[in-house]
Amino acid sequence: MKRYFQYLKEYKLQCILGPLFKWIEAALELLVPLVMAAIIDTGVANRDVSYVLWGGAVMLLMGAVGFGCALFCQRSASIASQGFGTNLRNAVFRHINTLSYRELDKLGSASLVNRTINDINQMQSGVAMIIRLVVRSPFIAVGSVILCLLIDWQIGLIVAVCSVLVGLVLWLIMHKTVPYYSQNQKKLDRLAQITGENLEGARVVRAFSNREQERERFDIAARDMLDNSIRIGKISAWINPLTYAVVNFGVAIILFLSGWKVNNAVLSDGEIIALINYMTQILNAMIVISNLVSLFTKANASMKRVSALLDTSSSMDEGGREKFDFAEPAIELRDVSFSYAGTQQYSLRDVTLTVPRGATVGVIGGTGSGKTTLINLLPRLYDASKGSVRIFGHDVRTYPVRELRFLFGVVPQNASLFSGTIRSNLRWGNDRATDEEYEDALKTACAYDFVQEKGGLDQPVGEGGKNFSGGQRQRLTIARALVGKPKILILDDSCSALDFQTDAAVRSNIAALEGVTTVLISQRASSIKGADIIFVLEDGKVVGQGKHAQLYDGCPLYREICDSQARAEE
Amino acid sequence: MKNGLKKNLTVRLLHYVRPYAGFVVGTVIFSLLYVAFVLLGPVLYGKAIDAMIGPEQVDFPTVYRMVGGFGICVLLAFVSQKLMGNCVNSLCYRLIRDLRRDAFESLTASRIRYIDSHAQGDVMARVVNDVDIVSDGLLQGVSQLFTGVMTILATLGVMFFINYIVALVVVVLTPLSLFVAAFITKRTFKSFSRQVKVQGKLAAHVKEMIGGQKTVILFNEEENSCKKFEEIDAHLYQIGWRAQYFSALTNPSTRFVNAVIYAFVGVLGAVFCILSNGGELVLGALVLSGFTPGMLSVFLSYANQYTKPFNEVSNVVTQMQNAFASAARVFEVIDEPGEDLSGTQHIGKVRGDIRIENATFSYSPEQKLIEGLNVDIPAGSKVAIVGPTGCGKTTLINLLMRFYDLQSGRITVDGIDVRDIPLDEYRKMFGMVLQESFLAEETVAWNIAYGNERASREQIEAAAKAAYCDYFIRNMEHGYDTVLTGNVSVSQGERQLLCIARVMLADPPMLILDEATSNIDTMTEMRIQKAFHKIMRGRTSFIVAHRLSTILDADLILVMNQGSVIEQGTHAQLMDRRGFYYRLYNSQFAK
Repeated sequence: MKRYFQYLKEYKLQCILGPLFKWIEAALELLVPLVMAAIIDTGVANRDVSYVLWGGAVMLLMGAVGFGCALFCQRSASIASQGFGTNLRNAVFRHINTLSYRELDKLGSASLVNRTINDINQMQSGVAMIIRLVVRSPFIAVGSVILCLLIDWQIGLIVAVCSVLVGLVLWLIMHKTVPYYSQNQKKLDRLAQITGENLEGARVVRAFSNREQERERFDIAARDMLDNSIRIGKISAWINPLTYAVVNFGVAIILFLSGWKVNNAVLSDGEIIALINYMTQILNAMIVISNLVSLFTKANASMKRVSALLDTSSSMDEGGREKFDFAEPAIELRDVSFSYAGTQQYSLRDVTLTVPRGATVGVIGGTGSGKTTLINLLPRLYDASKGSVRIFGHDVRTYPVRELRFLFGVVPQNASLFSGTIRSNLRWGNDRATDEEYEDALKTACAYDFVQEKGGLDQPVGEGGKNFSGGQRQRLTIARALVGKPKILILDDSCSALDFQTDAAVRSNIAALEGVTTVLISQRASSIKGADIIFVLEDGKVVGQGKHAQLYDGCPLYREICDSQARAEE
Repeated sequence: MKNGLKKNLTVRLLHYVRPYAGFVVGTVIFSLLYVAFVLLGPVLYGKAIDAMIGPEQVDFPTVYRMVGGFGICVLLAFVSQKLMGNCVNSLCYRLIRDLRRDAFESLTASRIRYIDSHAQGDVMARVVNDVDIVSDGLLQGVSQLFTGVMTILATLGVMFFINYIVALVVVVLTPLSLFVAAFITKRTFKSFSRQVKVQGKLAAHVKEMIGGQKTVILFNEEENSCKKFEEIDAHLYQIGWRAQYFSALTNPSTRFVNAVIYAFVGVLGAVFCILSNGGELVLGALVLSGFTPGMLSVFLSYANQYTKPFNEVSNVVTQMQNAFASAARVFEVIDEPGEDLSGTQHIGKVRGDIRIENATFSYSPEQKLIEGLNVDIPAGSKVAIVGPTGCGKTTLINLLMRFYDLQSGRITVDGIDVRDIPLDEYRKMFGMVLQESFLAEETVAWNIAYGNERASREQIEAAAKAAYCDYFIRNMEHGYDTVLTGNVSVSQGERQLLCIARVMLADPPMLILDEATSNIDTMTEMRIQKAFHKIMRGRTSFIVAHRLSTILDADLILVMNQGSVIEQGTHAQLMDRRGFYYRLYNSQFAK
């Protein structure tokens, strides 16, 4: 918890003054019934109208001062908690940006988004409530009990017992309903799932004329949810009646005893009214406290998740200070093995290969054969588990990692664009490029024509690039990689949505670039046929390397792939 | 929202409430009882206090009677409040269930056009979230409103009965609290909607950037992404703390208004106590019954709770507005017209002759797609559909499956116009395997038996074997009983094999198949090819073709471009024609 204080540091004043003012309001509020008691016991008893009027004025003044204090506190709490949230969010987002692929894989993007948005919001309202209510409610509850004890210790004890009982009721009911609430969420998820399936699979449901069966599925799930909700409802419907009953039976007992006490002149009418008033205040305060407890439980769970994220640090260092030696081979792998989980289950096994500068390399293999894993090691997105990955003469770990990555232009599989404009997306490759350079990159990627057609570089790009077709997206991401004038260009199955003609045109444009080492990953044998070297991967191992003709004769797997596709493509 | 529409919605919602009229009556009765007993309580203990006049003057029998009565009131209020809660819950949850069920039923019957033209997330939100909002706002809201208004009225009634001058003071001060509540609600609403906007912007940035974090790292874009985030976050701070502040005003303001009313009532009551003389209160010409400390205690206890219902009422109003908006959205789904299931012609045994005669179709009137299409397909033919991406191959499937209806012309099966065949019966004649293979989050066996609920385990396994999926199903943790959640890794190709097994089990007389284009590993792809071959034997089949072998085998090739069929014939005929197909073939297949 301590680590979070730094995000509140600039709001120290608000954190101290806010609760203080709230406390003043609460103290004034507690005194009101005593003033009222004095009005009745002294003013009315002595028939002193001016005393009564003064008493009224004091109560109004206390109300006004209390209101002013409360406003100040709410304002402080809003500023401090929102500021806390803002600082923490910035810190968490920055932290996420220091993580490497390995941690991103482990945490998953959905959970990262959740922590940045929902968990921090939860913590933020936790802070607000600490400032606003943590001082107030317990103070009112405890203060009321103490004042009752001061008025009459025996009746005060009854009040104390009632408060404990109310607390017990609240705790019990919350405790009982918690498991049902999480079940309820699951049952609701199930309804959402079935609905989603019927939207996504609408054609399949109709093709099988399975309307009735789907309705039955939904009905069962809905019935299930209904039963659970009613169960929760039955339990939580006890809260209000039970607390009401406890407090008011307490009042009844107090009245009953008061008769004796008034008769023996140890208690007055005004004091009875004050006691009853305190009972009501205690009830209200206890209900607020029970809400606070559930809020803090949630905020605490959120805090744990955020702490876990902040405790996760990048497994990758910043690298050394080595300089590139461009005369050396562009890529060299020496006995490289790699496993995602850090176990013996290797996704790449003892890979050794060399790619000379300026060459075009093809990588082919089935899904899960390790193609993407292989290229992920080159810009140091992951570190090899064993062996050495060398780029331009030195191990990748000896270069500053940012400079190393600037060397590469990568077009990932399932290319994604970001909302903004075409220009803002291309900027990612190089933010100092001129329009001409952007256009050259677009031309090389065969994207210039459709970009022009749409209206040029400043045309908007929707979230994920949804306003472009799959093929257009792929070409734009190729252009994005080219804008940085990379020394090594990596295309990971990046032309799969292009027709054969465009695919070929893009490849020949890229081949014409000078001094660029190109790595092509493809499922299509025809796309890599012309490469200078082809590597065939199977189960994380290189099972063949060489030119097309050599491999076709010497590598059975390569031959099989070519033959199976040749039936389609001749 | 227009009033007529609101009225209409209310009528429709009442229609949903009708089966549960018992709960409604229960809610009304129990909440009336609850309000009555809760308010009667202070009156009784006020009398008890008045019976304690002073030392040695306490009227014990009255105290006992009144305290006893108070105890009974509390007990009855306790019981009626609990029963009221049960009634409201039972009503709400049942209504939620019924609304959801009807919305879902409407979805399962709706036309494909509706599903294609509406965002899935939005439709789902209507079925799942909006229904909750309707119940929260309308039912809980209405019951809260009812209790709140009853409490206010009854409180005023009792106060007027005891002493109308003090009651009048309370009534005069009431608008103060209403005014405060309205002011806060308005400011809160405004600043909240501003906050929601910026929050949405922040969330969108986070989702997009963290979703693409690997690309961010790849391009060294971390710093820019953080800066953009901090910029939005700073904006959120400015708007957010104000929104928070306004919403946090409600409680202190209520307390303040309460304090004012409490002070006025207290002072006036005390003065009246002083002025009362022997059971009479004389104020100039006015003569009222005497005022006592007990009565004052009743007023004070009311004054303490009095503004609470006002706050609740103003909350309920906003809630109800949301609820009406959501109800309109839910009813839009429920009202969506379904497919036409009628038809009287039963085919019995299908041969599989299909003719498309003079068919015209387009999705929207501005853009013409298919015009005057004629195709004649004898039973048992293999029809290959080819064309560049986006040429409208799915349109043809849509028409064959009657997902969309022709604008003119007709399609016949074995000489019968398909529109005369009951839709459910018609669609069962086709087996369909699409590229985006849809499987539900249920067990493997459930998915294979989809559409054939009565299939035995042996039949399911036989179909799986025939479709070459037995080997990978057996490798799953629970075999055929594995639930296909996101955690179970089934590749795209394997999913398609499962879909083939599903069709094999259904054993339909005609087929519609979609060959995979990419991202399927070679071995699986060969299995899919073999499985396709196996099921096509002897059946009229349509296949969206990407493989040369499929085209060469076909009895008829439909060449599509820009939405319509531009050439048809066998491979040899089409090559001879040297038209679009010839060029397509040379660029796509003959490399």
